[in-house]
Amino acid sequence: MNYNWNWGIFWEMSADGRHTWFMTLIMGLGWTLATAFCAGVIALILGSFIGVVRTMPVRWAVRLGNAYVELFRNIPLLVQLFIWFFVLPEVLPDSLGDAIKAMNPPWASFVPAVLGLGLFTAARVAEQVRAGIQALARGQGMAGTALGLTLAQTYRSVLLPMAFRIIMPPLTSETMNLIKNTSVALTIGLIELTAAARSMQEFTFQVFEAFTAATVIYIVVNLIVVNLMRWLERRIAVPGFIGPAVGGGGH
Amino acid sequence: MGDFDFGVIERSLGYLFREGMTFTLTLTGIAAAGGIFFGTLLAMMRLSSHKWLSLPATAYVNLMRSIPLLLVIFWFYFLVPYIGAWVTGSSQPIKVGAFTSSVVTFMLFEAAYYSEIMRAGIQSIARGQVWAGLALGLNYWQSMKEVVLPQAFRNMVPILLTQTIILFQDTSLVYVLSITDFLGAASKIAQRDGRLIEMYTFAALVYFVVSYVLSQLVKRLQLRIAIIR
Repeated sequence: MNYNWNWGIFWEMSADGRHTWFMTLIMGLGWTLATAFCAGVIALILGSFIGVVRTMPVRWAVRLGNAYVELFRNIPLLVQLFIWFFVLPEVLPDSLGDAIKAMNPPWASFVPAVLGLGLFTAARVAEQVRAGIQALARGQGMAGTALGLTLAQTYRSVLLPMAFRIIMPPLTSETMNLIKNTSVALTIGLIELTAAARSMQEFTFQVFEAFTAATVIYIVVNLIVVNLMRWLERRIAVPGFIGPAVGGGGH
Repeated sequence: MGDFDFGVIERSLGYLFREGMTFTLTLTGIAAAGGIFFGTLLAMMRLSSHKWLSLPATAYVNLMRSIPLLLVIFWFYFLVPYIGAWVTGSSQPIKVGAFTSSVVTFMLFEAAYYSEIMRAGIQSIARGQVWAGLALGLNYWQSMKEVVLPQAFRNMVPILLTQTIILFQDTSLVYVLSITDFLGAASKIAQRDGRLIEMYTFAALVYFVVSYVLSQLVKRLQLRIAIIR
């Protein structure tokens, strides 16, 4: 096999003439994590809200929540990002659309990426939250009502604290999916980790060094996230309460 | 609000479906079949009591599950020519088409996810059944083929199909290799005619309808199987 290995390539100057290729990858990782974090905040807040709505004794609200989940689960993430990136600025009122188009490079793809990933992941979080609440014994909600709590109070003090503990394992894999999914944002021009490795490969032809580095970084990030979430899970565990596992899956 | 021209969709329907959707469905079909086959082998390896079988399988599955599909697509796009050269004994990396490359990528990537499903399926079969098979004089492969796998498949059919719907959506990522799959076709028309809104909205609609209808069918199937069991 005639492939010229050159692991020293990481310390050579990158195409932008200011950083080494190593720094290029690290900056890519920065964008990956920033995108995942911002999208994660949106997904957690919106997803929890929709998940709760889907378990409420209000017919039309449940339908609306289900419709949201079905809509965002059945369209490929890539197509969703294209919609946010290409279509949204055109269908908004002119002034707002022009303001979006006038954004500077990283933000012009960062904002649609965060929005798209956030709304996409929210549907998946909503599914977990619903499953978590429904995994609780029905008597818990009834006990809340019997104690004279309002519906909102029952959710806040009785159902949600346990439901969130139950769904910690699937939320861990959703967090990892979210970090991996940020790579799709390279199609709308975000230079995250995969895109940084790709540009390194294009400029230096050191294909395997670039992709090996990106792979190792993803694995390390994965390990850190898994351990952080496990630590959090132990930290918030209620003694004597072992939650049933809720199915995860997908990617 | 710009002026829309939805006629562009009608004019390009033939191209979108005959070229684009055909590619998407072919890729999904081959990758699902190959993925389930290799996934089942991987699951059997992971459940093996031989460390030299279970460790590599576990490492492979964990590796594939911890990196993004896009990175895997790029990896294989450059790696497959070298693997091909190694297999055929050629000294130069061989030329591999984008189709072959994406088939190999999706087959091997999805195998990791299918293997997790099959592992759960095999573990759902009571151990006594394997012992009964062994007591009847069946060897490992016979008891797998006649006793365990048929039941494991049956229990896991809904989840395998759900994973295949996810695979159908994920094939859109071959866009990065400039392949004319359904999204690639839509995107080419969109850029040629400057009709991004119409084409991407239509693509989203088609993906939604296909995935939604299939997932509803899977749900029905799940109910029917649940009653039988």
